[in-house]
Amino acid sequence: MNESLLINIIIGISIASVPLIFAAIGELVVERSGVLNLGVEGMMIVGALLGFVVQFHTGSPFIAVLAALLGGMAIASIFAFLTQFLLTNQVATGLALTLFGLGFSAFVGRGYTEETIQLITSTHIPVLSDIPIVGPLLFSYNPLVYLAFFMVYLVWWFLFKTKQGLILRSIGDNHDAAHAIGHNVIRYRVMAILFGGAMAGIGGAFLSLVQVPIWGEDMTAGRGWIALGLVVFSSWQPFRVILGAIIFGGITILQLHAQGFDIRISAQYLSMLPYLATIIILVSLRMRAKNKTNRTMPNCLGRIFHSTT
Amino acid sequence: MSNIRLTSILKLSLLSAVLAFTSNVFADPVKAAFVYIGPTGDHGWTFAHDQGAKYVKEHMGDDVVITTVESVAENSDSERTITSLARKNDIIFTTSFGYMNPTIKVAKRYPDVKFEHATGYMLADNVSVYSARFYEGRHIIGKLAGKMTKSNVIGYIASFPIPEVIRGINAAYLAAKSVNPDIQIKIVWVYTWYDPGKEADAANALIAQGADIIMQHTDSTAAMTVAEETEGVYAFGQASDMGEWGPTSQLTGIIDDWGPYYLARVQAVKDGTWTSTDTFDGIAEGMVEFAPMANMPKDLASWAERTINAIGNGYIHPFTGPINKQDGSPWLAEGETPPAYPDLLTMDFYVEGIDSKYPN
Amino acid sequence: MIRLIPRIENSNAMILLSPLLALTFTVITAYFIFASILVDIEVSSVFYTLFVEPLTDSYYISELLVKAAPLMIIALGLSIGFRAGVWNIGAEGQFVIGGIAGSAVGLYFYDVEGFWIIPLMAIAGILGGMFYASIAAFLKTKYQVNEILVTLMLTYVAVLFLSAMLQGPLRNPSGFNFPESRIFHDSALLPIIWQGTRVHIGLIIAILFSFVIWFGIKRHMLGMQIKITGSAPRAAKFAGFDDNKTVWFSLLISGGLAGLAGLFEAAGPAGQLTPGLPQFYGFTAIIVAFLARLHPLGILFSASLIALTYVGGENVQIDYDLPSSITQILQGMLLFYFLACDILIKYKVVLFKTIR
Repeated sequence: MNESLLINIIIGISIASVPLIFAAIGELVVERSGVLNLGVEGMMIVGALLGFVVQFHTGSPFIAVLAALLGGMAIASIFAFLTQFLLTNQVATGLALTLFGLGFSAFVGRGYTEETIQLITSTHIPVLSDIPIVGPLLFSYNPLVYLAFFMVYLVWWFLFKTKQGLILRSIGDNHDAAHAIGHNVIRYRVMAILFGGAMAGIGGAFLSLVQVPIWGEDMTAGRGWIALGLVVFSSWQPFRVILGAIIFGGITILQLHAQGFDIRISAQYLSMLPYLATIIILVSLRMRAKNKTNRTMPNCLGRIFHSTT
Repeated sequence: MSNIRLTSILKLSLLSAVLAFTSNVFADPVKAAFVYIGPTGDHGWTFAHDQGAKYVKEHMGDDVVITTVESVAENSDSERTITSLARKNDIIFTTSFGYMNPTIKVAKRYPDVKFEHATGYMLADNVSVYSARFYEGRHIIGKLAGKMTKSNVIGYIASFPIPEVIRGINAAYLAAKSVNPDIQIKIVWVYTWYDPGKEADAANALIAQGADIIMQHTDSTAAMTVAEETEGVYAFGQASDMGEWGPTSQLTGIIDDWGPYYLARVQAVKDGTWTSTDTFDGIAEGMVEFAPMANMPKDLASWAERTINAIGNGYIHPFTGPINKQDGSPWLAEGETPPAYPDLLTMDFYVEGIDSKYPN
Repeated sequence: MIRLIPRIENSNAMILLSPLLALTFTVITAYFIFASILVDIEVSSVFYTLFVEPLTDSYYISELLVKAAPLMIIALGLSIGFRAGVWNIGAEGQFVIGGIAGSAVGLYFYDVEGFWIIPLMAIAGILGGMFYASIAAFLKTKYQVNEILVTLMLTYVAVLFLSAMLQGPLRNPSGFNFPESRIFHDSALLPIIWQGTRVHIGLIIAILFSFVIWFGIKRHMLGMQIKITGSAPRAAKFAGFDDNKTVWFSLLISGGLAGLAGLFEAAGPAGQLTPGLPQFYGFTAIIVAFLARLHPLGILFSASLIALTYVGGENVQIDYDLPSSITQILQGMLLFYFLACDILIKYKVVLFKTIR
């Protein structure tokens, strides 16, 4: 295999993993605070729609991405209000969010299916981009790609190197104790949920602004659900999200390449690999954790917090 | 009988005759409906059908009322959509293979409504099937690809391994090979008709593997946009002219021109002359057309035009022997051309020279 | 300032009122959203086509029942698990596997007539769904792997498997190589109970199951077990209820019912196995279950309501050229409001005057 093909594959995988990284890192923070938001797919598609529509009308990628971010936050706020203030069941609310997001975006987007926009192009950093091999591999992506990796670092730093991050994690593990100490459980969770919405929104926008300049109903094609799997896959550790996203994004791309190389496994079975891999990794994580008493999943994940005051 | 009464009767009869005659002329408009599998915004397959529907409206004006329904999934729900349309329309066009069984079922319950099923094979008294010899179009783009390629690799984005798609691959390959013996074809199956993201990924993968000409049997303009962004890569419009998405990369496009056929069928319903038919038209009948030749040397463009005419006049048949199957067994002898059934309509093999493994 | 004060006991009035309140809020909100975006269309006529018109036409009522039946069956199975805190989100995958298994049996006997073929297919469908769900049950009980993730991932695998089966062993040999199965022969098609429509025996089975489950939960010890395990897991353990047994039971029954629904879909309205088998019934059924507050009899109504939005939504698509996905907006909103209004059962909304 020649090296430019290899570079091409690596670049393709990196780009395929970006929407997953955004969505998963956002949901990771949400789950670390003890909330399970199944509405990721809905938030992503709303982000994809808003990004496309705003880009179409303003021609400014920056405003488009911002709109996607705010849109994701906006519908995440519905989830936050329902689950944190009205104490609704998180699983049901998350599903409702997904449904609503899918329907809403298809509805608003119906007038845009024939339109096309300018894609966000790759950056070209003088000197750095021109280095052979390393140049295209590391320095020629569009800004959102770098943003994704930066967010992962930022989340890691926040969760493990700041006081607020520690508080958030403690809330996720034992919300009653945290409340007793005096932390505002609801506020942290709402912030986390909004952050998750913002990230999912950007992840969705990446699809419509970078991958293909077209809007189509359901263009997220299940990536939101995959992001949920990625969070667990990563054992709620930020950097592992990148690994998971690359495996997922990678297998999709590799499967296409494999056909080009005429590898003799049917496309469907190849496509099953990422999902099966997730399950296998989940099991192996558990098998290792069985010997320890501390579990990696935030203890309060999914449980409703009842304030006693 | 008195004279007055006779005159009255005569006048009444004359009036009735005139009314009967004029009521035919001012009859209710024909109601035609179209069921689409995707959005008309795909600028591919569904867009082409919609253009056909618009053509009918243009030519029949107030004599026809057209209803279209987009993005109807190919599952048991489609039967309900087709039934809803059958209750209010005189003729229904179901424009994808997956509507076959539902179309037949509804046709049984509504024997007075006419049904036209695209790319299917089940007929009934009130059900026609129609398709186009798209492989004639593939022959042209195959030859253009063979001449324009520098890397000698064609990338083919294929949807599902059904005969229509296999015909296209074989025809394109044979044509390219006939003008360029070193040509190689790489095929990627995406198992969808419309998924811009996946189509773009497939295009990128093929380009990364050396293809500088992209062909597709999927419905969106994604691959064309990828070709446009990539230096030195050309592509062909699928079912419609995709030049808007590939101003410097579209060489031409195969255009499915359904308009005249649709007009003829709707008119036949109006005239009461509609019968169940099995149509498989191509360049000669005007069902397969081409986007303007672009981004290529002028003499190549005129050569392509002449080849198109040659097919239209019957001098060239895209499948002319000697051709062997991929496993080496003979298919067509020297100069022999295949019958539509079973060879073309149930085609389930690659021709010799294609390296890829036949899916399943 | 608005405060939520817990009631001393659940308000019975609200139990009945809150769904109606939710529906009202949904219609009002949807009206405003539609009116602001659909500037050229009369929103009230859209709503009429959506909610009322299908009920005035026997064909559409029959289609409503056709769509409601699988939703009922799946939701009934899911509701048992949900009561116990077992979240089977992958009913869609079990639906598909059950559909494949049942169809395979029917196709195997394609040249044989007999009244026993359909029951055999149904059993195959149930077993297929059960088997598929048991993977998640095994992983949860042995390795404490979250069943939400496992069932979800397996759904994707199931859909891909369907595609592989239709390309290969289950493909119609005389079908021009299209990825569809043979059309089922008469012995493999579900009996129709409403002549002239597509309403099949699945509806009766759904209603039957609903009563059986209702009775079972009320009376049988297992039902008690499930209720308590769901609301107070530690108390349940203390009482000796086996958590693992509950997990297995919940997943097997929801998987089995989903698989049965899959077979009913293939042998009923579809009449063959095609790539279009998965229609998100597995996910919609989750909504149906919640809207019914997991009550078996309530599920009959919520399934019908959701089915109404589907049928009405399609007609809106035909008549007004709107995307059929507007039904998802309504379903999402309905669930939002429903969940929100539910709070009124346990809490009272009180306005506090802040004392200065």
